[in-house]
Amino acid sequence: MTDAAAAPRPIDWADPRLLVRVRRRHGRDAWLRAAGLTALGLAVLMLAILVGALLYNGWAAFTQTHVTLEFEISPQRVKPEDPGAGNFRAIVQEAVYGLFPEVTSRRDRRELMEMISSGAPYLLRDRVMADPGLIGRSLRMAVPVSDPFDQLAKGLIDRNTPESRRRVSDAAMARFDRLVAMGLVSRPLNVGLITNADSRFPELAGLKGALWGSFYALLVCFLISFPVGIAAAIYLEEFAPRNRWTDLIEININNLAAVPSVVFGLLALAVFLGWFGLPRSAPLVGGMTLALMTLPTIIIATRAAIKAVPPSIREAALGLGASRHQVVFDHVLPLAMPGILTGTIIGLAQALGETAPLLLIGMNAFITQAPDGVMSPATALPTQIFIWADSPERGFVSRTAAAICVLLLFLVAMNATAIYLRRRFAKQW
Amino acid sequence: MSPVKMTARGVNVYYGDNHALRDVSVDILDKTVTAFIGPSGCGKSTFLRCLNRMNDTIPTARVEGSITLDGQDIHDPAVDPVQLRARVGMVFQKPNPFPKSIYDNVAYGPRIHGLARDRAELDAIVERALTRAALWNEVKDRLSSPGTGLSGGQQQRLCIARAIATSPEVLLMDEPCSALDPIATAQIEELIDELRQTYSLVIVTHSMQQAARVSQKTAFFHMGQLVEQGDTTKIFTNPSDRRTQDYITGRFG
Ligand SMILES: Nc1ncnc2c1ncn2[C@@H]1O[C@H](COP(=O)(O)OP(=O)(O)OP(=O)(O)O)[C@@H](O)[C@H]1O
Ligand SMILES: [Mg+2]
Repeated sequence: MTDAAAAPRPIDWADPRLLVRVRRRHGRDAWLRAAGLTALGLAVLMLAILVGALLYNGWAAFTQTHVTLEFEISPQRVKPEDPGAGNFRAIVQEAVYGLFPEVTSRRDRRELMEMISSGAPYLLRDRVMADPGLIGRSLRMAVPVSDPFDQLAKGLIDRNTPESRRRVSDAAMARFDRLVAMGLVSRPLNVGLITNADSRFPELAGLKGALWGSFYALLVCFLISFPVGIAAAIYLEEFAPRNRWTDLIEININNLAAVPSVVFGLLALAVFLGWFGLPRSAPLVGGMTLALMTLPTIIIATRAAIKAVPPSIREAALGLGASRHQVVFDHVLPLAMPGILTGTIIGLAQALGETAPLLLIGMNAFITQAPDGVMSPATALPTQIFIWADSPERGFVSRTAAAICVLLLFLVAMNATAIYLRRRFAKQW
Repeated sequence: MSPVKMTARGVNVYYGDNHALRDVSVDILDKTVTAFIGPSGCGKSTFLRCLNRMNDTIPTARVEGSITLDGQDIHDPAVDPVQLRARVGMVFQKPNPFPKSIYDNVAYGPRIHGLARDRAELDAIVERALTRAALWNEVKDRLSSPGTGLSGGQQQRLCIARAIATSPEVLLMDEPCSALDPIATAQIEELIDELRQTYSLVIVTHSMQQAARVSQKTAFFHMGQLVEQGDTTKIFTNPSDRRTQDYITGRFG
């Protein structure tokens, strides 16, 4: 051994070579920080562009142009003993013609009627059926205008394009402007977007059916995947012996979580519809299909949460003479619950946005009323977006974007719930 | 001379390939405190965990040999390990309170074994256990606050209270005073002395003075082997093995 090894050389902290090293280290720190910030900035920018584009395209669908008309509900048109069978079309026609007495030719009158939503007679019928006392009286009511005039009111149709290439003729435009001048046109919040079911007419189409369809499908999905997932995870973590079989099962579960969702759709098509003969388009089948996909997520999350429970807690309970199920239900599950719930909600949020398997089992049908149970045909939010995105009418463009906003809103709400639960129930030990 | 409560004959324990205990044979007498002493890592905790079959819960652990409680082999298929652990209670080396309230920590054992007929009786059991573990005065005003919020020494006493609340016939205590101040230690030693009137106790300790104070029998472990056992006074005044002598006089360990 040399003397130097025995007595280490004192460090000269002011040595310039050392200072260079220190500076270089600081430089690298700054570089790492900048890289991270840039990446984060890019991610936020992308998100902002996405949300911005959706809101820009969708804002028009959050309001709906209405025109207020005076309807004469005469007993000749609507029989009090059977109001549903009344000729409401004629009443709407009378109301519109009354505003434009100078329009008499059949062609012009038809064009006049095109201004009002074709659904107006049905809205009027529903109103009268809810309150038969209206028969024989006159009723002021706002009804939606048809899609081209809604676009016109929102400034989405350029008045300067030549008439031949415009969906609204000069005469029709002038008549609409007259309605505006009379103060009959209003643009309230588009409540129908949430309270109406789907419709051929964009001005009447809403998400009610899709919301209920998604709700029922997620309910079925939750009722199946939550208990089954937790039971499977408990068995695998607490009871299963460690051997080749359980390893194989574990690998399969992890792989299942990565299987493309369309494959589950094909499976459901073959098994649930083909063998079991369950109805097409039913939220029950949709929920069962989504449960297949959510199950691995819940099992994996539950197992991770159970694993995170410290073994000393298990030992303490076993040492007091608790049996396996008491250890699980009294100690392990309560401690694992925040993790389990978080995983479940994230799984359900994924299921909410899942489209492909639902398309395969027919949850993209055109259905104009909300489902009244898990067996009646329905659409779901993502498939409704798919249908609307596919529709030619201009009005569906903004409605598609608005529907995506609604879907994103639900996803954000669910993920926020997951975060809240994790914070709220996080225990320390 | 007290009757024998538990016996161990030719006990070997393996953790995978690690042969942690070699051919240990001990008698644990009723109404007696038996102290296990020995250097760290020599297998004291391992042996203690054999006595209530806690090693069953470690997948890699393998236990050989025969252990009896009141003459019955505890590995007999007729013996339910759950029942056994209720009769042979344990205080673990590391305090491990449940992340529940102080009250629920102590009441858990009596609850699962149905020892209390009503709430009043359960309250009485909890109070008595906490009092005997010298913790009652410190926690009586916050029984509903979490047991994990107590200090290390308080948690240790909470675990003792939890173990004695079920009135086990044999109580295994793995270094029960390792985090306690002298006053609390004295209170626990008093408790041990009191419990000895009815139960059989086994205590692991690194304090020679404590072993000498509270135990009547002592067993000295060294590198997985039981080197020497006998009356505490004999072990401490006149050990027959050189290693025992070296250990208790502080020459190693
Ligand atoms: N769960 C386990 N898995 C594997 N090996 C273990 C396990 N528990 C203990 N061992 C091993 O068994 C041997 C004895 O350990 P044990 O805990 O019984 O020692 P000890 O005498 O209680 O020591 P200390 O006084 O430090 O608590 C050690 O070599 C240890 O590494
Ligand atoms: Mg130990």
